[in-house]
Amino acid sequence: MSTTVIPELPGQEIPAESRVNYLNASYGVKSWLLTTDHKRIALLYLGSITLMFFVGGFFAVLMRLHLIEPQGALVAPETYNKLFTMHGVIMVFFFLVPSIPATLGNFLVPMMIGARDLAFPRLNLLSWYIYVIGACFTLYAVISGGVDTGWTFYTPYSSTFSHTSVVPTALGVFITGFSSILTGLNFVVTIHKMRAPGLTWFRLPLFIWAMYATSIIFILGTPVIAITIFLLGLERLLHIGIFDPAIGGDPILFQHMFWFYSHPAVYIMILPGMGVMSELITCFSRKRIFGYTFVAFSSLAIAIISFLVWGHHMFVTGQSIYAGLIFSVLSFLVAIPSAVKVFNWTATLYKGSISYDAPMLYALGFIGLFTMGGLTGLFLASLATDVHLNGTYFIVAHFHYIMVGGAVMAYLGGIHFWWPKITGRMYPDGWARFAALVIFVGFNLTFFPQFVLGYLGMPRRYAVYPGEFQVLNVMSSAGASILGIGYLIPLIYLLWSIRYGPIAGPNPWGAKGLEWETPSPPPTENFEEIPLVTEDAYNYANVGGSRG
Amino acid sequence: MIMGLMQTGLMNMAAAVAAIPIRPTAASSIAEGVDHLYFFLTAITLFFTALIFSTIFFFMVKFRRRSADEQPADTKTHLALELSWTIIPTLITVVIFVWSSSLYFENSRPPEASTEIFVVGKQWMWHIQHPEGPREINELHVPVNAPVKITMTSEDVIHDFYIPAFRVKKDAIPGRYTSLWFQATKIGTYHLFCAQYCGADHAEMIGWVYVMSPTDYAAWLSGGARNESMAQTGERLFTQLGCVTCHVADNTGRGPSLVGLYGKQEKLRNGDMRLVDEALIRQAIVTPNSIILPNYPPIMPTFQGQINEEQVLQLIAYVKSLGTEERKTNGK
Amino acid sequence: MADMAVHPAHPPGFKHQFEDMEQQRDADSLGMWVFLVTEVMFFGGLFATYIIYRALYLPAFETGSRLLNVKFGAVNTAVLIGSSLTMALAIHAAQAGKKKSEQVMYLVLTMILGAVFLFLKFAFEWRADYNEHLVPGFHFIIRPEWGAAGPHVPMFFCFYFFMTGLHALHMIIGFGILSTLTVMAHRGRFNSEYYAPLEVSGLYWHFVDIVWIFLFPLLYLIGGRFAMPGVH
Repeated sequence: MSTTVIPELPGQEIPAESRVNYLNASYGVKSWLLTTDHKRIALLYLGSITLMFFVGGFFAVLMRLHLIEPQGALVAPETYNKLFTMHGVIMVFFFLVPSIPATLGNFLVPMMIGARDLAFPRLNLLSWYIYVIGACFTLYAVISGGVDTGWTFYTPYSSTFSHTSVVPTALGVFITGFSSILTGLNFVVTIHKMRAPGLTWFRLPLFIWAMYATSIIFILGTPVIAITIFLLGLERLLHIGIFDPAIGGDPILFQHMFWFYSHPAVYIMILPGMGVMSELITCFSRKRIFGYTFVAFSSLAIAIISFLVWGHHMFVTGQSIYAGLIFSVLSFLVAIPSAVKVFNWTATLYKGSISYDAPMLYALGFIGLFTMGGLTGLFLASLATDVHLNGTYFIVAHFHYIMVGGAVMAYLGGIHFWWPKITGRMYPDGWARFAALVIFVGFNLTFFPQFVLGYLGMPRRYAVYPGEFQVLNVMSSAGASILGIGYLIPLIYLLWSIRYGPIAGPNPWGAKGLEWETPSPPPTENFEEIPLVTEDAYNYANVGGSRG
Repeated sequence: MIMGLMQTGLMNMAAAVAAIPIRPTAASSIAEGVDHLYFFLTAITLFFTALIFSTIFFFMVKFRRRSADEQPADTKTHLALELSWTIIPTLITVVIFVWSSSLYFENSRPPEASTEIFVVGKQWMWHIQHPEGPREINELHVPVNAPVKITMTSEDVIHDFYIPAFRVKKDAIPGRYTSLWFQATKIGTYHLFCAQYCGADHAEMIGWVYVMSPTDYAAWLSGGARNESMAQTGERLFTQLGCVTCHVADNTGRGPSLVGLYGKQEKLRNGDMRLVDEALIRQAIVTPNSIILPNYPPIMPTFQGQINEEQVLQLIAYVKSLGTEERKTNGK
Repeated sequence: MADMAVHPAHPPGFKHQFEDMEQQRDADSLGMWVFLVTEVMFFGGLFATYIIYRALYLPAFETGSRLLNVKFGAVNTAVLIGSSLTMALAIHAAQAGKKKSEQVMYLVLTMILGAVFLFLKFAFEWRADYNEHLVPGFHFIIRPEWGAAGPHVPMFFCFYFFMTGLHALHMIIGFGILSTLTVMAHRGRFNSEYYAPLEVSGLYWHFVDIVWIFLFPLLYLIGGRFAMPGVH
């Protein structure tokens, strides 16, 4: 078992335990709840997002337990319908969308560009409070009987027919949307205006490019879901509105407006993970990224094209064949930049010096699972096969491969990678690698059978199902229990490490990047002096070493 | 309890692994085509996944770090490689797109001589009506080797009519008609599912499609209780609801005659030309004053809320039976 | 603010995450423009659906539009444009180093004009609409003289109230911003060196004005009320 042992970079002393850093600069609840330090705000987000993840995950566990039996093993159908709705709402809006941007993004964006904080620290704190208020509304909906419309809120079921807490949930999602908008705004301004001297756009770490591309989607897309949910809420309250067929409203218009945001939203969920990938792959193979420019531009391309494909969620709604063709071709187009990234990451490994630390295991898992998830997207961009697969478990498997096999693994990889920087402590590597493996195995066992289920025709959102689908469902549920355990392990050892983990130096991985040139944990102002940047990102070839 | 469930599940799993189906029955004329595309896509997925996984694995082993201060050489850019792995995937997607779209076009256009069957989705069951009269709930009887066009709508929320074995699916949407078509190729019994979440009993909105030989189907159609055809039911409704008072056949009423109207291009008062199809007739029944004809005052009352979607379909069948544009010019 | 005492070299209002005032000004300005882009998308969603439904139900939308009170709408347009003028004058006053009383005067004038706008809208237009049963969801009555378009007229009014209501909400928020700015100006915070909050808030206020300049013709003017006789 070997953790990387790199001599400290020259000029950095091993910090004394009592050195002042952002964690101990001030004590007390007020100093945290009224902080404007981006690093503390990142931790506030980390806490809330982790809580929401386990709430959403709990619902998933109940769902998979229920589906062991064709007639349902656990709950009544009405309850099951609420479980999948709340699982979706919480995971999409309160976990996946904010996860990497609000935690790792908030922590790292200023540090990676050599700034003292984001452009608008108070807006940053406000964005956290807005997130929490939105989460409270949604949790209120959960405990006041739940909501059963599906996270997609399709009308007219959600506007007229459902008897559950639609308005509180919609309000929660609406409010939390502003949290995303403020985060995106902050990142865009910070990245444009506060880069350290010498840090030109093409010297930026690719994580920053990814955050920038994500922020574009935050800014352009989130307001549209906000107005859509707003209109849905009004219709539910006033019993009249623009989706009401009695006055000529069109239920399909809701879908257009909903997916106009929600498709780009899935790129909000994956682009940051791709940014993390570029950081992990380069560090743990000690090489410059292959094709920096291609990877950087592919992030922007994904962000822009993502706004043009929303209709592929609506191929079977009876829209015109020609609309279908246009959305299909654009959906294929948006796959290409992602493929380019995967090839570039793989090529980065070539002739590298690869270590198997936990973050790298997560990164490698990501690449494989994202590849598979992305390729199954081709089945759905393809009109003829989508007709058969839409509304089935194939879709469920596809997006979980990307969201869980991709985004969550990238998130965990990033958390493990920057954990020593954030906390000044190291976690136990053996447990970390073990957990990564358990998660990888559990994940595949949970979701691979669902591809088969979908192709066989089992529709999604079914509380009961025909008996011939049982074997695959049981396999999936078995995998889910393993996956659940897999997620609990890091929760435990990461928390443990805060108190009992070995102290970490400024750069335990020997990584390149301005954030690694600060002590761990960093001081509140990040840098004593704003650095001057003279080299490209990932300049590993020139780390003082013996071979040329 | 959970352990017990898991144990039972695992035992059943062990026993049934060999019997896990991985391909649904292919029972329609388009199913094989869709499956071929599906297998091609599967092959591509497996190929590239295996390629990436094995390349990564190979690199991980071959280039594993051998000493703490190992320093690899710098990465060199390789534009040709970048371009090839951009262009080749693009070409592959073009192939998939062209293949898929042509299949999709074919699968969207019902052949001329299709049997029409009408479906109304309603929380939480499928109401199915054959033009000859028989009505079914959650069951659809069709003849083998004959194209069938399903025209559907919903009484309440969005549902989705899905027959996996035929590889067809379409949303049933309140306020409009959508349609799909298929030609069953194998006699047998197949699942019918609702594939758009529609509320509490969404998972119970399932049924069976019975594909029968032509003789069996004819027998089924005429068997059972004496059925009146949809057009006949529609005619009864036409009288009951008072439509016949204004829509007199010889054009002496306050409203236009409906004889020979179906399939015609009608000019509205504002100059627009509209085709008289199911959608227009439904619109005329439900929101009559949204269609104003040049020579008639807009005084038709609405029947929204007075009749359900199935009755609307029966009225449409009656109007169709009064002769279409082609029959009028040919026969007379 | 502690930074004023610690760094005499930095002008008042300087925020320490920035390197210098110029960077701060640039960031504040870019920040507001980015925020306005999000507002464009927010209103844009609503405008897009308005345009779609207008195309579908043109007679109903024209009928509805003719029922709006174009006089109040026109006066309100003038009032709002006037308030943008007074806002620009307030910013100019600070920029040119004029006395704080002048800055405050223009800010207060802006608020007064804004209040006039809201007063005319709520107390006259909306109240009249409510009394005439033209508010969907609140005893809306479809009038026989609307003829064929009748059933879809409520759709027009849904958009009218949603769009002008959302706009009014933004004005009320603008009010809050203006009050804060007035207090700050009264305390002498703004001078030719530091007036970024005024500038940035001015951008917001002008944006709200521009939204109205789109709303007014889209809702009030294109109902065919100015059609030439003999031309449909």
